[in-house]
Amino acid sequence: MTADILIQVLVSGLLIGLIYALVAVGLTLIFGVMDIVNFAHGEFLMLGMYASFWAFALFAIDPIVALPLTALLLFAVGVIVYQTVIRRILKAPMLSQIFATFGLMILLRGLAQFFWKPDHRLIPHSLVSGNIALGPVQFGLPQFVAALGAVGVTGALWMFLHRTRLGTALEATAIDREAATLMGIDGQKMFALAWGIGAACAGLAGGLIATFFPIFPEVGSNFILIAFVVVVLGGFGSVTGAFLAGIIVGLIEVLGGFLIGPEYKTAIVLSLLLVVLLVRPRGLLGKA
Amino acid sequence: MTTGTNSSRKMAGTAALLALAAVLPLAITEPSQQNFLILILMGAQMGVAWNIVGGYAGQVSLGHAVFYGIGAYSSTMLLTTLGLTPWIGALAGGLLAAVFALAMGWPCFRLKGHYFAMATIAVAEIMQILVTNSDALEGAVGLYLPMDRSGWGSLIFLSKLPYYYVILGLLVLTVLVSWAIERSHIGYYFRAIKDEPEAARALGVSLTRYKLIALSVSAFLTAMGGSFYAQKEMFIDPGSVFATTISIKIALIAILGGVGRLMGPVLGAVILITIEEYSRTLFGSTGSGTDMIIYAAMIILVAVFSPSGVLGLLGDLHRHWGRHLPGAKPDEVKTSTKEARP
Repeated sequence: MTADILIQVLVSGLLIGLIYALVAVGLTLIFGVMDIVNFAHGEFLMLGMYASFWAFALFAIDPIVALPLTALLLFAVGVIVYQTVIRRILKAPMLSQIFATFGLMILLRGLAQFFWKPDHRLIPHSLVSGNIALGPVQFGLPQFVAALGAVGVTGALWMFLHRTRLGTALEATAIDREAATLMGIDGQKMFALAWGIGAACAGLAGGLIATFFPIFPEVGSNFILIAFVVVVLGGFGSVTGAFLAGIIVGLIEVLGGFLIGPEYKTAIVLSLLLVVLLVRPRGLLGKA
Repeated sequence: MTTGTNSSRKMAGTAALLALAAVLPLAITEPSQQNFLILILMGAQMGVAWNIVGGYAGQVSLGHAVFYGIGAYSSTMLLTTLGLTPWIGALAGGLLAAVFALAMGWPCFRLKGHYFAMATIAVAEIMQILVTNSDALEGAVGLYLPMDRSGWGSLIFLSKLPYYYVILGLLVLTVLVSWAIERSHIGYYFRAIKDEPEAARALGVSLTRYKLIALSVSAFLTAMGGSFYAQKEMFIDPGSVFATTISIKIALIAILGGVGRLMGPVLGAVILITIEEYSRTLFGSTGSGTDMIIYAAMIILVAVFSPSGVLGLLGDLHRHWGRHLPGAKPDEVKTSTKEARP
């Protein structure tokens, strides 16, 4: 009996952990390539959710079908953010960099509230709905599909970074910016690409969870702190690390909430951040 | 760094500013406007306190709400349960916050830059969750101060004027501490830690020790600001004193005015609180998001165009125009492009 409950808890931890991983890979990619921590990353997820919502509300396009569109849209948002704001603070003091992306976070929340009201919205009838029962273990189909999608997108990103010319150039920029520039790689272009891909990943995560998660302007705040923990645990800049760390953080969050109390689950995850920072600051797979 | 006439001119300017601040509420008698002035002084006090660790020592804390909250909860609990006067309660809260800062800084100061900033956010968020779930501290319900016990002993007043002078006094104290540090050898060590940590270490300066001094002094003063908040609002809950938005606002006030400059945060508070309050009254606060948009646009503009804050911008202008004036010494204004580097 208790074993069933434990398996149930672990499965839901795994499912949410894969979503955390997808949010975090974009964040870690941006940090790896240009040493900037993007506080507005949760807002890219929020925009992805709204993109799904409006595609559904205005054109009756299901969130799952709208995913490619969401990705394109958020890619554009990421590139625009880079070109208008981030490009100007590349050499600024760290404090300015923190506050620039922090300002972006508040700006995007404010704009969402201004145009779309602070109400919680839901997408009522998605293609994917209902529950799956595997023996004693039950989980929602939307959650399952979202987790599957997260694995697919993260896998595709990994393939892109390791198996294509453009992706390798991006990796090279992350490893050594100056050497990459000497090899003829256009740094500015790579930075813009990192922001586009990073935002698209967060947007896809938003589109995937839009089928079962309430949509509202401040929804990103639920994810950004957890995404930080995942990035730190995985090692700044490591996509594979973020993927593994996402699963670990999801499991710890759900398991900790189950054992200690759901009201403490965020505190448990944040304590993990402190422990990792103090014991192994470079994370699981980070650069030394 | 500065000539004698320049520093005496600065002293005269500060005295004039203080005299103006002392008589201002006699001219502005409308309670809501007096409240606005109090909010500016509160913001300035927090910013000057943050500046000691975030500006001079260059250790960017984004978790100062933890000290603010400790101050607010300490003095309030001591008043409501033991009937202890907030005059002592605020000191107790300050000491508790300073001890907490030592405990938190000891491990966290091994981290640099972004990592330290993130660790401070995590500490404050964890604290907010713990207090929210603590029955002894009334959890999410919050604490009320006894309104019926007004007077100077309980530091509870039914009019705004006494609050104004209390926070003005606290601001003056905070500026004096900050000024004393800036001028002492500790201040030189702080700047050395910020600008050339390796060189400072090579010369035998204990980095951790001086970072801990900066954080605990800053925590002490921030906690006193938190106690004042509780006295003025007569109600506190975890969301109003421990939230990360407060930590961010504290740091923002300093960076907006000019990080690492004595009066930078005061200017920052005047600008930030004015814009915050006016955009709120002009556009309404009820969820339209307009105040957030203006606030955010301002943050981004300062971050992108003026990393050394408004004071830095004024300094640059002064230097630029000063060159064209007869007898001007361009060296009088120190540039600050390196001020906020990690």
